[in-house]
Amino acid sequence: MTDGQKTSNSVGIVTPQVFSHEADFPLQCGRTLPGFELVYETYGELNSERSNALLICHALSGNHHAAGYHAADDRKPGWWDACVGPGKPIDSNRFFIVSVNNLGGCHGSTGPVTINPRTGELWGPEFPPVTVKDWVASQVLLADHLGIDCFAAIVGGSLGGMQALQWAIDQPQRVRSAVLIASAARLSAQNIAFNEIARQAITSDPNFAGGRYRQQHRNPNLGLMLARMVGHITYLSDDGMRQKFGRELKSGDLSLGQDVEFQVESYLQYQGRSFSQRFDANTYLLMTRALDYFDPASEYGDSLVDAVARTSARFCLISFTTDWRFSATRSKEIVDALIAARRNVCSAVIDSEHGHDSFLLPIPRYFDVLGGFLNRVHQDLNNAP
Amino acid sequence: MRPDLKITAELIKPGARVLDLGCGDGELLEHLQSHKGVNGYGLEINPENITNCINKGVNVIEQDLDSGLENFADSSFDMVIMTETLQAVKAPDRMLREMLRIGEQCIVTFPNFAYWRCRLHLAMRGRMPVSRHLPHNWYDTPNIHLCTFKDFEQLCDDNHFNIVERFMVDASHNTRPLINRFPNFFGAFAFYRLGREPS
Repeated sequence: MTDGQKTSNSVGIVTPQVFSHEADFPLQCGRTLPGFELVYETYGELNSERSNALLICHALSGNHHAAGYHAADDRKPGWWDACVGPGKPIDSNRFFIVSVNNLGGCHGSTGPVTINPRTGELWGPEFPPVTVKDWVASQVLLADHLGIDCFAAIVGGSLGGMQALQWAIDQPQRVRSAVLIASAARLSAQNIAFNEIARQAITSDPNFAGGRYRQQHRNPNLGLMLARMVGHITYLSDDGMRQKFGRELKSGDLSLGQDVEFQVESYLQYQGRSFSQRFDANTYLLMTRALDYFDPASEYGDSLVDAVARTSARFCLISFTTDWRFSATRSKEIVDALIAARRNVCSAVIDSEHGHDSFLLPIPRYFDVLGGFLNRVHQDLNNAP
Repeated sequence: MRPDLKITAELIKPGARVLDLGCGDGELLEHLQSHKGVNGYGLEINPENITNCINKGVNVIEQDLDSGLENFADSSFDMVIMTETLQAVKAPDRMLREMLRIGEQCIVTFPNFAYWRCRLHLAMRGRMPVSRHLPHNWYDTPNIHLCTFKDFEQLCDDNHFNIVERFMVDASHNTRPLINRFPNFFGAFAFYRLGREPS
């Protein structure tokens, strides 16, 4: 996998791979996909016992490219490169790391931007709604394909943490440990409300065209930009924004009565614009709905304790003090359920001013906890019966 | 192993479900897990201690004891342990009631303020005792609720806590006949195992 090394602690140049599932794939919504493809990357080597596999689950706007570079002249590495690589908390010297683009994504896996083999046309808005449970079921098939009976760890932040939890519930024998970072067992009304604003911004853009924008060679850039802007605010904290932007002006001068632009405005516009160019609107709608619908307790009489009583993984829950999108209290709910169900769990609440975004940042204590937990998981692989 | 933890460990039955309040670096829980097949959780707020617990494979939960234990159900543990921490919590009486709500029994260990060295220090020097036994100055001590054995037993009496077992040791954690005779004078540290109803 590793052809070159851009820096000594990078996984280097990586090449995405494609897993094709040829048979019908039933979804939770009742519809069936006529097969699917998942694009994924791997870092590190699978050991001879095939016991050291680690799955990374991505969040709302993430993808399979978690670490390393696709080409020597790439400006930026994968989205979690700070955390994934040789000697890093998710250590490619220890683990065989698999990172997959979720079904319904827009970075190579089957989704709204791929062709529906039944019609020969783009799926677009006709792509069926998928759930976190569907993602787990599709990733199980990928694990089978890779010869992984049991993951040493499944790790995810935010929506990725929800996948790790669903994995542990649905496939208890195939998950040795689960790391849920800045996650929740289900969204709050406030969370769903923010997602709905994002969806309304997209669907009310005239260029959305009922989701058939690609067929008409248009794109709801404005809607996507607004969706990303409101989302981005919820990923930061009030304090973090004050520190990063304050009330600094990008242009103009208030005292001269000119039109002014605050730094924070230009930042959000930039983030929104760049997002609208790299992310598909239908995928965004699909991912936010998967978030909203996620509620594993609902299958167990609304008891999270009963839901997690099925698990056999060792859990690690990490949350951040200023995260108000997926607050520490939401992680605590999962911790309490795991204790009540007598499961193995540890938890840490990391001091950080960066809100929900903290899970993507190299915060020393966060990395100590994550690296320490995974190191222990790796040690125990060798002692396991 | 820390001598007080060794004594505490001996009070715990194999296979028990244990909650350790203020579990430190996880030394006690690690010992109980590997030697007594105990299923345990520890609460801790010190980041370094939490990392040490995680490295040991101990179930450590980041939670501040002073902000309450409502998240733990009644009788959800066999034993709730608090070693050398009772004197540092905001409301020791409420803490003990909570410990006996969550656990069938609890173990608390704490320093005795009526230990003869303390008495001597206060009587002769007229200053707050500082020693190996109580190593902090009055202004920087975490020990905001120091008590004597007699005070503690009065609290147990007032709250109808059943003292199942108790014993005292000197500052080096050794038992001595003289301590049994005059515990509140010669005992430096106490180990109490409490239950709910008086027998």
